[in-house]
Amino acid sequence: MRVGLFIPCFVDQLKPAVAIATLELLERFGCDVFYPENQTCCGQPLANAGLESESLPVMKQFVSSFEECDYIVSPSGSCVLHVREHYDTLDQTDSVQRIRSQTMELCEFLTDILHIERLDASFPHRVGVLASCHGLRGLRLGAASELVEQRPDKVRNLLDMVSGLEVVETSRSDECCGFGGTFALTEDAVSGAMGRDRLNDFLESGPAYITGTDMSCLMHLEGIIRRNELPLRVLHVAEILNGGAA
Amino acid sequence: MNHPQEASVFNDDPERSQWHDETLWLVRDKRDQAAHRVGDWESLREQASQIKAHSLSKLDDYLSEFEKNAIANGIKVHWASDADEHNRIVLKILKDRGVQQLVKSKSMLTEECHLNPFLDANGIEVIDTDLGERIVQLADEPPSHIVMPAIHMRKEEVGELFHDHLGSEAGASDPEYLTDVARQHLRAKFLAADAALTGVNFAVAETGGFVVCTNEGNADLGVHLAPVHIACMGIEKIIPLAEDLGVFLRLLARSATGQDLTVYTSHFHSPRTGAELHLVLVDNGRSERLGQEEFRDALKCIRCGACMNTCPVYRRSGGHSYDWTLPGPLGSVLAPHVDMDAFSSLPFASTLCGSCTDVCPVKIDLHGQLYAWRQKIMAGKSDSGPPLAMKMLAFILARPAAFRSAGWLGRWIIRHTSSNWQRRRFKGWGASRELPTAPKESFRTWYLKNRAAP
Repeated sequence: MRVGLFIPCFVDQLKPAVAIATLELLERFGCDVFYPENQTCCGQPLANAGLESESLPVMKQFVSSFEECDYIVSPSGSCVLHVREHYDTLDQTDSVQRIRSQTMELCEFLTDILHIERLDASFPHRVGVLASCHGLRGLRLGAASELVEQRPDKVRNLLDMVSGLEVVETSRSDECCGFGGTFALTEDAVSGAMGRDRLNDFLESGPAYITGTDMSCLMHLEGIIRRNELPLRVLHVAEILNGGAA
Repeated sequence: MNHPQEASVFNDDPERSQWHDETLWLVRDKRDQAAHRVGDWESLREQASQIKAHSLSKLDDYLSEFEKNAIANGIKVHWASDADEHNRIVLKILKDRGVQQLVKSKSMLTEECHLNPFLDANGIEVIDTDLGERIVQLADEPPSHIVMPAIHMRKEEVGELFHDHLGSEAGASDPEYLTDVARQHLRAKFLAADAALTGVNFAVAETGGFVVCTNEGNADLGVHLAPVHIACMGIEKIIPLAEDLGVFLRLLARSATGQDLTVYTSHFHSPRTGAELHLVLVDNGRSERLGQEEFRDALKCIRCGACMNTCPVYRRSGGHSYDWTLPGPLGSVLAPHVDMDAFSSLPFASTLCGSCTDVCPVKIDLHGQLYAWRQKIMAGKSDSGPPLAMKMLAFILARPAAFRSAGWLGRWIIRHTSSNWQRRRFKGWGASRELPTAPKESFRTWYLKNRAAP
């Protein structure tokens, strides 16, 4: 199975460890992974700022990077959702349609395509899970608290396979952390308040680590953690599933 | 108006912001519990959404049917194309009958039309009788929430306000005492009023009747005492059948406050003997919105306020930060219809977390509409073009070599500058957070060294 590794722009530049963990994890499960080296970004930072039309060349660059794979897998629910949901302004050529349907978030891919039931990973720590909104309410990786429904939690199920790891529950289980892309910059007061509130939820249940599917949300929280010297650390879920980097 | 600025002022008092957030979260939590007690909640939402979609698709037919049946019931039906006409119609009804005092139960439509100041300017005293509405009326403020208009005020502040206006004991803040003061005050107003005005929650085409939901019974007290009842509604409030109420009434109160039903669900079909019943149907931009496919669904709204209670931004910025009649996600998708430039910051006052969409009892894709408005707003700014930084970003992200160079430079800057400098230079990010640390090499560089074929 040929898997194209889709690494969000900011992960490529700022969090290569997350990309490496994703790559190694997929390789461990026998995927033929390759990283199209001319990929840049999916275009979401522009589109969410209202510049979807300006991002057309960026989307085209993305499409041309990923033309030859069976699946496109990314350690980011938000970027995946953007490709699936908002690439409707491109000409819907065969390859655009194929790429939109084959782009998957990492935990989703491990669950729905690779049907992973066991993991050789150990992480003897208490871990809080940040349910990033685009993964949760966009990709439906788990059950949103607003809905009255039963739905398996793909992230949680994978974390449960990691030996020694204990998931701690928080109040307001899926409240947004306040990142929101350019929102974090333009609505800084509210974004900061949301992030601090979310971290307080975690502090109350006292995990050593916060993990999740989206490094963007985690980087926002990490920035607040470091500013306030809080006793918390963040790790992308790929880093934990890949054996526990910490 | 500028939402980030207003929101920032709201957050200058973190304790207040936190209290506001927690108060509204409690309401959201009660809503969740109520929804979970209904086994078929999700199918109810779907049914409600489809009934509304159907009603909107045949709105002209249902409005005609409703009018015919309402007239046959003895209701006097008026049509208003906009807020001005609505206000003039209401004024004429009142003037023709020599009305001097009007008691009013909650109606977001009359807020939208700014009826109170209009009547006030024309010599008619308007008394809002919903407790929350009366509080904000006395405080000379607009409502900050559509279901809980005074949710931004603490009981101590209400105590002060009542002391100033209603002569209650100084320093009193016991909600029961304050409610009783308001009740005594309002009783006198109810008895003296010459006319009563209500909103409309649902109008039923097949019966020509309408339904008003309140928790305080103030609508009923008003209309049963006064000789004239005027009900005002937006044309989107029509539902086809009386049995459809069984869907909407089960959703409305649960979504709004977590109650199974509002305390009063009053059905009006015809005037009392010797009294008059007027109904004003208002367009005010609604038929134009009906023609805009991407925004049409917002007309399904039943004004429960759940999207406000759940919105993490609304909870931490307060209803007044939206500076429009309807705040929160709903307000942010409706206000730009009225004035896209003035309200251009509202669709950006969201993380697009999607909670509003999932909580909405009629399944309006609220965050999808926020996204769509963002595109429209930025396209509307095409004279000046997008901000230079965004243009540069678009240029860089479309070019792999430029992306690599810019990334390298960005990482270099982060590694070679102090946290203090970064805090000053990158204010938006730096006010609340540290910048991420920057590695020496990007993933791509690592990959080419470690994986790529030689």
